[in-house]
Amino acid sequence: MKHPLFHVAGLTFAASAAMAQTPELTIYTYDSFVTEWGPGPAIEAAFEEVCGCDLVFSGHGDGAALLSRLRLEGNRTEADIVLGLDTNLTYAAAETGLFAPHGLSPDLDLPVSWDDPDFLPYDWGYFAFVGNEGGPAPSSFEELAQSDASIVIQDPRSSTPGLGLALWVQQVYGDEAAGLWADLADNVVTVTPGWSEAYGLFLEGEADLVLSYTTSPAYHLIAEEDASKIALRFDEGHYMQVEVAGIVASTDQPDLARQFMEFMVSDAFQSVIPTTNWMFPAVMPEGGLPEGFGTDIDPETALLLPADAAAALRESAIDAWRTGLSQ
Amino acid sequence: MAHGSEPITRGLPLWPGRIAAGLVLLLTLGTLLAVGLRAGSAGRFGVADWAAIRFTLVQAVLSSVLSVAAAIPVARALARRSFPGRRFLIAVMGAPFILPVVVAILGLLAVFGRGGVINDALIWAGLPAISIYGLHGVVLAHVFFNLPLAVRLILQGWATIPAERFRVAASLDMSVWRFLEWPMLRATVPGILLAIFLICLTSFAVALTLGGGPRATTVELAIYQAIRFEFDLGRAALLAGVQFTICAVAAAAAWWIAVPSALGGGLDRVVQRWDTGGSTRFSDACAIGMAALFLLVPLTLVLSRGVTEIAALPNSVWLAAGRSVGVAIFSALLCVVAALALAMLRGSAVAGLAGTLPLAASGLVIGTGLFVVVHPVMDPARLALPVTALVNAALALPFAYRALSPAVEQVEASHGRLADTLGVCGMARVRLVLLPRIRAPLGFSLGLAAALSMGDLGVIALFAGDAEETLPLAMYRLMGAYRMDTAAGAGVLLVLLSFGLFWLFDRGGRHDRV
Repeated sequence: MKHPLFHVAGLTFAASAAMAQTPELTIYTYDSFVTEWGPGPAIEAAFEEVCGCDLVFSGHGDGAALLSRLRLEGNRTEADIVLGLDTNLTYAAAETGLFAPHGLSPDLDLPVSWDDPDFLPYDWGYFAFVGNEGGPAPSSFEELAQSDASIVIQDPRSSTPGLGLALWVQQVYGDEAAGLWADLADNVVTVTPGWSEAYGLFLEGEADLVLSYTTSPAYHLIAEEDASKIALRFDEGHYMQVEVAGIVASTDQPDLARQFMEFMVSDAFQSVIPTTNWMFPAVMPEGGLPEGFGTDIDPETALLLPADAAAALRESAIDAWRTGLSQ
Repeated sequence: MAHGSEPITRGLPLWPGRIAAGLVLLLTLGTLLAVGLRAGSAGRFGVADWAAIRFTLVQAVLSSVLSVAAAIPVARALARRSFPGRRFLIAVMGAPFILPVVVAILGLLAVFGRGGVINDALIWAGLPAISIYGLHGVVLAHVFFNLPLAVRLILQGWATIPAERFRVAASLDMSVWRFLEWPMLRATVPGILLAIFLICLTSFAVALTLGGGPRATTVELAIYQAIRFEFDLGRAALLAGVQFTICAVAAAAAWWIAVPSALGGGLDRVVQRWDTGGSTRFSDACAIGMAALFLLVPLTLVLSRGVTEIAALPNSVWLAAGRSVGVAIFSALLCVVAALALAMLRGSAVAGLAGTLPLAASGLVIGTGLFVVVHPVMDPARLALPVTALVNAALALPFAYRALSPAVEQVEASHGRLADTLGVCGMARVRLVLLPRIRAPLGFSLGLAAALSMGDLGVIALFAGDAEETLPLAMYRLMGAYRMDTAAGAGVLLVLLSFGLFWLFDRGGRHDRV
C-alpha cells in the first residue's frame, strides 16, 4: 500500500510546478496604496481573476521615494510597473529613460487634457485646505494671509503635497510668490516632513487648517460618519494632483504590463479608488461617485502645470517658499 | 574617551574589538563611500545648505548643554537617595529616549501644544497662550528625549565611585563633591555631552515638525531631500561628510576636555553616604520631582489616549509587532557583543572612533549605501530584517559603548592585577572576571539597544517590502491611510513593547543599587 505521504508530496510538486508557470507582475507603489485599507488588496484580487498571473504590490514610501528607489535600482529593477508618481515627478521620471510608452488612449474624466505617452493617470484630486465646520474659512490665499487662521503645511522638499502647495502658490502668484509666503508666515504654525504628521497635528487641534485634498472630508464622512470636516474653496483655483502609472522599459512581462494598464482604467479598478484611495477616479465608474464624496467643492479653475513646466518651476517655487517663510 | 596609555598586559582579548571596530567603520564610512561612488559626480553646496548647517549646530549645542546641565542634579539626587519606587522611577524615566519620534511629539503637544494642558491653564487664568513652535520647541523636545539618557549615563558614572571612597571621604570630613563627584563628572560628562550633541545633530523629524518653518532646516533633512526627492547622491554624500566632520571636531573637543578619573577600584560593596542630610534633601526632592513631572506627564497623556485602541488593532499590526520584537532582540545582542568587544580595547583611539561614528551617521545614507552594495547581488527586501537589525545595532552601539566602557575600565583597575598574577587572561578573563561584574551596565545596554531598535523607522523604510513590515512602519502607514486612532493604538503598543524589553533586560542585569 502506498503511503499517503506520497500523494501529498506529489500534489505539492504539481502545485509548485503550476506556480512556476504563473507569470508574476511586480508593481512598485507607495505605502498607503498597499495597506489593508488601501486599494491594493481589492485590485490585486480583481486583476488576478482575469490575468492568470500573480500580481505583487510592493510599497516604497511615497511617490518621491518610489522614483528614487527605481533610479537606485536602474535597469536591474524587479518592477514591471510603477504606480503612484504624480505630475510633479513625471518629468524627472521620463528623463531617466527607464519607462516605456503605454500605447493606450482611453477616454479620461480629468478636468485637463492628457497626452503623456509614458504615463497614464489612475486617479486625481485637488489640493485644498481642510478645516472644521464653524471654524475659520477664508476663500483665497490673500484672505488666509490676512486672517489669523492657523495652518499646518508640509515641506515641499520632503513631501509631495508640500511641493503641490508651493507650485500652486507659484502658479497663481508668479514673481510675487515670496511676498505671499511672507504674508502667510504668521499663519503657519509649523511645517512637517510629510502629509501624515501635518494631518495628525490638525486632528490634535494644533491648527485650524491643514493642507490636504478636497476629498479628505469625504473620508471622515463615509468612514467615520463625521460631517464636521470641510474643504475650503479658494477663488484663485485649486492645484491638482494627478497620480499616474507607467510601464518599466526593462520589464520581462510587457504584455501583462499592458494588460494591467488597460485594466487600470476599467471599472473594476476605478470603482475601488474613491473609498480606498480617497481620490477621484480617472475614469468615472458606472455607479458614479459614492454619496457624500467630493460634492462639496467643484473648483471653477483647475490648475495644473505641465510636467516639464512643473520641473522647471520647482526650484523657484521652493526658493520663494523658503525666502518668504524665513523672513 | 580615547585617553589612557596602551595596557601593558594583554589581559583581555583584543581581536573581538578589532573586528567590531572594522565592521562599524565599514557600515558608517564604507556606506558613505558607496553612496559617493554611485553618485558619479561631486555634490555642491547652496546658500540654504549653509543656513541648515548653522541651525543644526545651534540647536544641537543648546539641546546637549541643557540636557546635561539638567541631568546632573537629577542623577546626583538619584545616586544618593533611596526611596520606595526609586528603581521604578529610574526605569520609567528612561522611556522618552526610546519613544518613536511621532509618539513623543504628540505627547509633548498634549502638554505644551496649542490645545495642551499648559495653554488650557493659561487661557483659563486669562494669560496669553505660549507657542511650542520654534527653536525653543526643538530644544525642549530634544531635552525631553535626551535628559533621561544623560541621567542614566551620569548615574552609571556615580556607580563607578567605589563605596570605600565615600567611607574615606566621610571619615576625613572631605568634600564629596570636590574630591569624588567632580573628578568623576570631569571624566564622564564630556563624552555624554558629545553623544547627545551628535544625536541632536542628526535630528530630522523633531526639528522640522516643531521648528515652525524652513528656518529650522537641519542637515539631515537636506540629506533626506537629496536622496529621496532629488536623487542627488553626490550632494547627499557631501552633506553626510559634513556631519562626520562636525562629529570629528566635536569628538576632538570632548577628548581634549575630558580628564580621566583616578578613583581606583573597590570591593563591590553597597554604597553608603554620610553627606545627605539637611538642605540637600529638599533640593534633591525638587530635582527628582521636576524631572519626573517633565518626563512622565507627556508620556502618560499619550498612553491614556491610545490605550483603548489596542484591543481593536488589526492582525497585521500584531504580526509587525512580532517581527519588531525579533529584530530588536537580535539587534540588541549584536550591539552589546560589539560594544563589549570595543570596551575591551580599553580606551584605544580606534574604539573611541567606532563608538562615536555611528552617532554622526545618517541612517538614510547607511541604508542607501547598503542598498547600493546589496542590490546587484540579491533582492534587498529579502535582507530587510537582518539589515535593519545590523544597522540598528550599529546606531545603538555608541550608547552601549558609553555604558560598558567605564565599567570594564573599573573592573580592570580593581581586579586586573590580581587576574594577571593568577594568569587569568583571554576569554577566561572575560567570563570569570569581567562579565559577573558588569551585569548592570550589560543589562542596561541590552535594554537600550533593544528599545532603540524597536522604535527605528529609518532603515526599514528603505528596504522593506510588505512581508517585512515592522511596527513603526505599520504605524506610519496607518497614519498615511487616515487611521490616526489606530495609529495611536499601534504607537502605544510600540511604547509598551519597547519599554517592556528595556525593563526586562535592564532589570535582569541589576543586582545592586543603580
